[in-house]
Amino acid sequence: MQERVTVAIVGSGPAGLSAAGRAAASGVSHVLLEQRDHISDTIYKYQKGKLVMATPDVLPLRSELTFKLGAREDVLGTWGKQISDLKVNVRFNSEVTAISGEKGDFTLKLSDGTTLAAEYVVFAIGLQGNIRLLGVPGQERDWVQYQLDDPDEYSDETIVVVGAGDAGIENALALTKQNNVVILNRGGEFARIKQGNLTAITTAIEKNQLECIYSATTVRVDDDGIAVKTPEGETKVKCDRIIARLGALPPRKFVEACGINFPSSDPSSLPELSAQYESNVPGLYVIGALAGYPLIKQAMNQGYEVVEYIQGNQLKPADEPLLEQKFAKIPGNRTVSEVLAYIQESIPLLSGLTTLQLREFMLDSEVHAPRGGDIIFERNDYTNSFYSIVDGGVNIQIDADDENKIVALGQGTFFGEMGLLSGRRRTATVMANTPSLLIETPRRSMIKLVNSVESVKRVMDEVAVGRQIQTYIAPNIPLADLEDLIHTIRVEKFDQGEVLFHEGDEGDCLYLIQRGSVTVSREIGGKEAVISYVPAGNYVGEMALVSNAPRSATIRAAVAVEALRLDGVPFRALMTRNEAVRQAIEMRYRGRVLENIETTEQPEAGGLIQFLVDQGLGEATDVLLIDEALCVRCDNCEKACAETHQGTSRLNREAGPTYQTIHVPTSCRHCEHPHCMVDCPPDALRRNANGEVYITDSCIGCGNCERNCPYGVIHMAAKPPNKPGLLQWLLLGRGPGPGQAVTGKWGPDSKKASGGPKKAVKCDMCKDVKGGPACVRACPTGAALRVEPSEFFKVVSQGL
Amino acid sequence: MHQSILVFRNFRYLKWAAAVIALSVVLYWFHEPAVGIPNGGTWLGYALGGFGAILIGWLMWFGIRKRRYGGGGAPVEDWLSAHVYLGLALIFVATLHTGFQFGWNVHTVAYVLMMIVIVSGVFGMFAYLRVPELMTNNRRGTTLVQMMHEISDLDAACREAALALGDEINQIVLAAAQNTRIGGGVVRQLSGDDPACPTRDANSTVRHLADHAPPGQAEGFRVLLGLLARKEELLARARRDVRYKAILDIWLYFHVPLSFALLGALIAHIVAVFFYW
Ligand SMILES: Cc1cc2nc3c(=O)[nH]c(=O)nc-3n(C[C@H](O)[C@H](O)[C@H](O)COP(=O)(O)OP(=O)(O)OC[C@H]3O[C@@H](n4cnc5c(N)ncnc54)[C@H](O)[C@@H]3O)c2cc1C
Ligand code: HEM
Ligand code: SF4
Ligand code: SF4
Repeated sequence: MQERVTVAIVGSGPAGLSAAGRAAASGVSHVLLEQRDHISDTIYKYQKGKLVMATPDVLPLRSELTFKLGAREDVLGTWGKQISDLKVNVRFNSEVTAISGEKGDFTLKLSDGTTLAAEYVVFAIGLQGNIRLLGVPGQERDWVQYQLDDPDEYSDETIVVVGAGDAGIENALALTKQNNVVILNRGGEFARIKQGNLTAITTAIEKNQLECIYSATTVRVDDDGIAVKTPEGETKVKCDRIIARLGALPPRKFVEACGINFPSSDPSSLPELSAQYESNVPGLYVIGALAGYPLIKQAMNQGYEVVEYIQGNQLKPADEPLLEQKFAKIPGNRTVSEVLAYIQESIPLLSGLTTLQLREFMLDSEVHAPRGGDIIFERNDYTNSFYSIVDGGVNIQIDADDENKIVALGQGTFFGEMGLLSGRRRTATVMANTPSLLIETPRRSMIKLVNSVESVKRVMDEVAVGRQIQTYIAPNIPLADLEDLIHTIRVEKFDQGEVLFHEGDEGDCLYLIQRGSVTVSREIGGKEAVISYVPAGNYVGEMALVSNAPRSATIRAAVAVEALRLDGVPFRALMTRNEAVRQAIEMRYRGRVLENIETTEQPEAGGLIQFLVDQGLGEATDVLLIDEALCVRCDNCEKACAETHQGTSRLNREAGPTYQTIHVPTSCRHCEHPHCMVDCPPDALRRNANGEVYITDSCIGCGNCERNCPYGVIHMAAKPPNKPGLLQWLLLGRGPGPGQAVTGKWGPDSKKASGGPKKAVKCDMCKDVKGGPACVRACPTGAALRVEPSEFFKVVSQGL
Repeated sequence: MHQSILVFRNFRYLKWAAAVIALSVVLYWFHEPAVGIPNGGTWLGYALGGFGAILIGWLMWFGIRKRRYGGGGAPVEDWLSAHVYLGLALIFVATLHTGFQFGWNVHTVAYVLMMIVIVSGVFGMFAYLRVPELMTNNRRGTTLVQMMHEISDLDAACREAALALGDEINQIVLAAAQNTRIGGGVVRQLSGDDPACPTRDANSTVRHLADHAPPGQAEGFRVLLGLLARKEELLARARRDVRYKAILDIWLYFHVPLSFALLGALIAHIVAVFFYW
């Protein structure tokens, strides 16, 4: 007879554990299925001794299990004891591989071949996914492993690392110290890895510290090694150990196979859920990280709630107090659900959201109640949040030179979407024109929403396109006039280095660069030479449209680019119809012709632009450069950084490449779309109005940002104790001097230290330091300079 | 860009210094001492002396300011530009303060020390203007550490190449790998060379031996000589790098201690003037 329960909970992360705990406590028959032989695999895999954070502090915990800030080992130990006290029915080594049936009668298939029946199923499988196996005969041998905890554990072995991604390369490099390492690369080169890893691995290969076999696919694992197919034929690599780092299969595939819908193919989109966490398949529930709640406490609360909902109990979600606090500003003393209903009624953009989505949207957002005349944001601010107008209205000053040129927006509309797209400075100043009620939503949440709710995406796309044409081409043109153009517009995406169009091509369209930046190059003396650089918010391709000649230059994406393609036919029609558009385009045309002549006369400038673009400056908003013709190598910049930032310098002056005398040290570039922000569970990485990307105290030290930053400028560090002041050091010799390494008694591991957790640290452009960037201010010779690349490129192309 | 601290802010601090100098000279020119010849004891002497002492104190404060990171105020670049020009102006202020009265006494010791500090400062200024670019060109995009790594890689390659060439060669190559030094004492660092460089010796000995080598080893010798030549070239560059860094650093070892000595002498000078005049 097949086992039968009321609730089957898949996955024993914090969400699943908490659900099972509640089920056990309220006597609901249940089973908790975990694919590993221990609970909470994600947390189990944290670094040894990592402090697990219980953020956000204001959120109350609602669970049968307890959870507070503590070491990974203690947290897991406590939970283990509590679930056994609660008599939770947990089955380890039970990976669920398929689910069929319907509400009241689901059948779960497990990896050991058995099946299990349940009335309800709760998915709590997190986001880590299943590790990809080698997928060849012999992969189950015990010396084939898929993780490497401590590279120093192994010595004098021959180890084959399969997979040439960042993880594989990092493992391989760490192992070379004591072992003989061979890395298998499926491709003919290393693609899509961090710059730092690329340099490290290529030097290591050049120096014969490890061997790399390119274009290699694994065939099988034998007793004494691994059989590999290469273009030259099959070979055998003898080895003592195989470490396969092939990434993970995202859990989404599995979830979709169970019938759960995702609204779009974008990886950031979330499954459609009801306010009770029920998916489109009745009886199938999704909670935890997979449902879009990336923190432990949230996951635990949902585990508790979902079991209550399944039992038919109503309860206020645990985040209710957070919303109450948020809505306190709103006049009229309304309850949370009244406010939510009012918001949805007032803002058509949000009408397609489920209650759960709206709640989450509001949790991430901020409510503002400006008075008439209050400024919301100013032109050239770097903020990238999105605003919706619940009540009242705003004036947008569209012309920098004329305060009186305004566009008014009223209740139900939105603004700020341009910064969302381009990651660049605000293009206009916006102020409230009456007492208003606004919702400000951070970029990340808005992007998530756009990708999860089809109706939001549609509205955003249409309105945003029209507004961009207005902003960047012709401010005063009515939207109605743009209609036939707008319908032909396509968003096109280009990878770094891809060509938008070639010199000599026929010109049939114009590109408005929405995101990223491009280089303009020309064939000069048989070689492609860069002549200038064009950032987002500008258009390219107008020259061929105006002159009817073939393209006069090649346009190449300097970083990943998203551009609006405006078709030539309707655009020309628009130019003939509308005098203002024609004038704007022709003015730009004449400017470009002149610019091209100037820059072609300056081949060195082109070389420098190319170099800087290669260093990733195409996506930077503020970067530290060092003029080596002035730098006396005193390292005062690094000392200043360390001194003003808890003893750890966030910049490495000497590292990094040099072209002529321009040196790009290893330091944060404050990217337009910071890679580091992509995957931060508590959303601790922020960008403020001046553009600096910084890390708030809510960092939980997961290290995702360190891995995601392609420029290697984030470190994990604990805070050392305060050290004695300058005069004490000078006169009494107490503590380390300015810029000296903080170790021992004054280091982060000392008894005096707070014992705080390791958190991510990076350059914050000294936003809290008087006078601005300490590195630049401390440079005695003016060699260190912070520049905004798009400005800098202009200076460069006009000659240094 | 490429704007040195001398040109900084359109010579703002040069203008300040020029004003200080002009004022001192004009006053001195029209000054008629009540008694005797111009000296430190007249009202102008006191004024110039007082100002000079304040100036010296302020010039020394630069060492503190440089290490006060994170405070507001003018950037260090401003400070250094002003330091240089006002430091030079001190020559006039102090010299006019003396009224050209020198002798074998503590007062003149202070004056001489001051002049030495200034001269070392001028040397430093020249180093700061000239050396960075030389250093960059010499490095060719690498760092000293990378050069060192490359040298040790070449060492390994040399030893491998030497294996087939007999004991004598092996020993020479081993010695060259183990005994070659970059840097060393101050003099060695500043010279940018090692007159008894084991690698150079090895290179010439091996070249010599290669001429008498049996034909079968010719290729082996050619490879080894190639490697040794490459290493010598790198060594020369690494030593030059060390030399440049030494030049950038060395003068501060005079400038700073001597300015403390100056401070001592200055105090002695003032005490002497007020108590034993
Ligand atoms: C390095 C790191 C540090 C972090 N630090 C913190 C922190 O300090 N504080 C904080 O609040 N959050 C932190 N997080 C985020 C937090 O770990 C996750 O949000 C949380 O674990 C999500 O819980 P979950 O229950 O949804 O999923 P998970 O914890 O991922 O649990 C999913 C479980 O399901 C199992 N499973 C998966 N598929 C199947 C299947 N098919 N059948 C059976 N079982 C399956 C898995 O083995 C796993 O045990 C951190 C994340 C990382 C990566
Ligand atoms: C009596 C006059 C002077 C005194 C007392 C004085 C004192 C000092 C002191 C205390 C420092 C700090 C060094 C450190 O802590 O690292 C310094 C630095 C320096 N001084 Fe002077 N100085 C004088 C004149 C000059 C002059 C005339 C020049 C140049 C023409 C000069 C050029 C410099 C330079 C280039 C530095 C180094 C800046 C750096 O690298 O941080 N000084 N001086
Ligand atoms: S830390 Fe973030 S903003 Fe800075 S360089 Fe890395 S990805 Fe860009
Ligand atoms: S800032 Fe970095 S380490 Fe901290 S929580 Fe965010 S991603 Fe993790």
